[in-house]
Amino acid sequence: MMKKPTLAKAALVAALAMGLAACGGTSTQTPPKAGESGKPAVKEEFNAALTGVFNPSTKKGGTLKLANSGDWDSLDPADTYYGYSWNFIRLYGRALMFFPGKPGAEGAKPVPDLAAEAGKPSADFKTWTYTLRDGLKYEDGTPIVAKDVAYAVARAYDKVTFPNGPTYLNDMLNWPKDYKGPYKSKGADFSSAVEAPDDKTVVFHLKEPYSGFDYIVQMSPTIPVPEAKDTGAKYREHVISSGPYMFEKNEIGKGFTLVRNPHWSEAVDPNRPALPDKYEVSTNVNADDMDNRVISGDLHVAIEGTGVQPAALSKILPDPALKARADNITIQRLWYTSINPTVKPFDNKDCRIAVQYAMDKTGYVAAYGGSTGGEIATNLLPPTIPGAQKIDLYPSPEGKGDIAKAKEHLTKCGQPNGFETSVSYRAERPKEKATAEAIKDSLARAGINVTIKPYPLKDYFSSFAGRPSFVVKENLGLVVNGWGSDWPDGYGFLQQITDSRVIREGGGSSNTSVRIPDVDAMLDKARVEADVTKREPMWAEIDKRVMEESVIMPGIWAKSLLVRGKGVTNVLVSDGQQMYDYVAMGVE
Amino acid sequence: MTAPLDVPESAKEAVPEAVVTGVDRKAIQGRSLGQIAWLRLKRDKVAMVGAGVILFLILIAVFAPLIVKWFGHPPLEFHRDMIDQETQVPKDRFGGISWDYLFGVDPQWGRDIFSRVVYGARISLLIAFLATLLSVGIGTILGVTAGFFGGWVDTVISRLMDVFLAFPLLVFAIALAGVVPDTAFGLSGDALRVSLLIFIIGFFNWPYIGRIVRGQTLSLREREFVDAARSLGARGPYIIFREVLPNLVAPILIYSTLLIPSNILFEAALSFLGVGVRPPTPTWGGMLSDAARIYTVPHYAIFPGLAIFLTVLAFNLFGDGLRDALDPRGNR
Repeated sequence: MMKKPTLAKAALVAALAMGLAACGGTSTQTPPKAGESGKPAVKEEFNAALTGVFNPSTKKGGTLKLANSGDWDSLDPADTYYGYSWNFIRLYGRALMFFPGKPGAEGAKPVPDLAAEAGKPSADFKTWTYTLRDGLKYEDGTPIVAKDVAYAVARAYDKVTFPNGPTYLNDMLNWPKDYKGPYKSKGADFSSAVEAPDDKTVVFHLKEPYSGFDYIVQMSPTIPVPEAKDTGAKYREHVISSGPYMFEKNEIGKGFTLVRNPHWSEAVDPNRPALPDKYEVSTNVNADDMDNRVISGDLHVAIEGTGVQPAALSKILPDPALKARADNITIQRLWYTSINPTVKPFDNKDCRIAVQYAMDKTGYVAAYGGSTGGEIATNLLPPTIPGAQKIDLYPSPEGKGDIAKAKEHLTKCGQPNGFETSVSYRAERPKEKATAEAIKDSLARAGINVTIKPYPLKDYFSSFAGRPSFVVKENLGLVVNGWGSDWPDGYGFLQQITDSRVIREGGGSSNTSVRIPDVDAMLDKARVEADVTKREPMWAEIDKRVMEESVIMPGIWAKSLLVRGKGVTNVLVSDGQQMYDYVAMGVE
Repeated sequence: MTAPLDVPESAKEAVPEAVVTGVDRKAIQGRSLGQIAWLRLKRDKVAMVGAGVILFLILIAVFAPLIVKWFGHPPLEFHRDMIDQETQVPKDRFGGISWDYLFGVDPQWGRDIFSRVVYGARISLLIAFLATLLSVGIGTILGVTAGFFGGWVDTVISRLMDVFLAFPLLVFAIALAGVVPDTAFGLSGDALRVSLLIFIIGFFNWPYIGRIVRGQTLSLREREFVDAARSLGARGPYIIFREVLPNLVAPILIYSTLLIPSNILFEAALSFLGVGVRPPTPTWGGMLSDAARIYTVPHYAIFPGLAIFLTVLAFNLFGDGLRDALDPRGNR
């Protein structure tokens, strides 16, 4: 499902700064583009770390200081689901694949990490084989073997012991019936899902074919865990490192320090520069305090990477010197509104299109705090997802809506004077409330009268807006919605929100409105397409098809604003992390 | 305890003891207890100011559409040209306060805060008054019944009060407001939300007033004038309506004026938590809740906050004055 609250919060950053990416901020746009991997030095300016490496350096040593306003869900690779955690965990754990520390799109293409090369799929894309590198060792010097990876995947299956982690492997692999993980189903054979025929080989068996499996195994659950050292739910207190750093001390709730792992060597790890000697991480630090300390230089990184608080924002944007230290990152999250064709009169396509034209999307931007909170979206796929194309089927000047066109479509659908409908939102989210208010105000211009209905966040999809019968009963023509993908790939982004087969009568799906047989077929076709150059354009086709049916009104592609710490080197934002890459980062 | 306010005709002709022993017979006229209370209340300047503010608020609530027409803009109208699109706060200083926008505009949409506060008074006062009426109604009926009849009736009603008093009201209110669909009981939209709030706030507050009424009834029941009425052949209903209820007017009145402000606060709390009237209908609590997120724009919180503060203060001052006037022995 969706990446946890932090990412959501990220987008919610209140906001300022008009010009950003499109207009290039204060001075000239940095010349290097993603492809050149940012070798030329990048000068200190707004958005400098988006397209190049800011303050590049190969100098080793120093201590990088980080802080977190909350605490990790868990440091255990099987039990963590925050974006920042998947970013940071790579310092002490190596998964099979890895998002390289390169700015922009290059940083979202998985490269082999624990594996010597990318996964080898079978012809039907249902069996994936990974071969490990030679000479891999844990922090205690014992060798890393393939069965440790298989074991790690099996223990991550136990969602009672590890409730927080992602469940993609649980859903995708062919687990034995009634399997409950290695603790409860002791000694049970799980080789139908994942197996290690020898010390170097890991084989995954999928239930359904999938061509993008490399994206799945770059997630933390494939970080090896030696069975002999596994302590179940307590493993988080001392995770055995397979990466360049290991835990020196770990006080859960206060913080921890990482020091160099003597058994790691650059020879077996081409991916990590491993610059600092030490990482000092404190947790449960006040978020506003943290922003101030990053600005003053007392702290290097606010680790959540979801953007500064509104108070810091109002300090940074008017100040050119501070703004030059900031980056406004487009994250792979879309805030949108579902237009439900099951609710009359939205069964008529022209009535749905009328909504697209009537909406003033600058209101959507305002709801998310202005232009640093997001940019107007015209289609589903955020621009940083490979294959994304800008598709604007319902254009209007500056995104402010085209009332004449809206009325034209209202007439075509037999509702020339408008109609009554409702919009739902998650009661606990002020930005969604503001969105609902903006929708009501915009649509009133075309004569569509909208009633605003809040529902509790917790059961929003399971009992309310995600339950088809409830939607019809309560006349929820419009559902305020949002989606962020867990990996930067069209399938990861589109499948959960456009595949009609995820809609369940009992509720629970984020997809409330997309029921297009063509789209289902296109998704099935794309997921088994091995050729990336053929696969990527397919995502844009699906995107366009959904927009043609007008069952989703895209609102904004979310953005977050981060500040580069003082004295930090190798600062870059990759599309894989959508925040600063912590593995690449060093300190002066 | 105070004597009956509704003095029987025969009693009025009798010369009160105070008059007999008075210093100057001619200067003293016979006054009813109601008049005496009114005189006391009039002398209490603080209470009269409270009453003035209450009257003012009621007038504002009643004439909200007119006031907004003359001095403001429609409460739901966006004025996004007043808002800095980068920062989402009003462009002008002091939150855009001007002759055109007396209290400034709200961040994000630029809605007229003055109009929203004025319209908010409608919701707040309507809910507070009607909920109080409901509590007082139920509390009086059940309190008198319990106190007057006693026995198993009293036991049942008293236990019922205990149950209600032990009820986690806020939690229940949040749950109920979330569960009730958009159309129910033949109502929909704002009308349904307002009725729901009146019901929640009113229905669960009755035991407080019920207990007071029951206690008073218990003691009144044993008083001589009730015995006298009974010995003259009066029946239950006559005694309740002619002998007991008139003596309960004072405590009920006092308690009501003190219950209203607590209901206003409760309504504001529910709106603050997002379970009150649905947006974009303006409520004081809802505005405060929005303002809490955007603390860089203090004026947004000040006006609805001030409205709640003044209303609650006015009712409390008036309620205190009324108590002093009706029940001088309770004086400080």
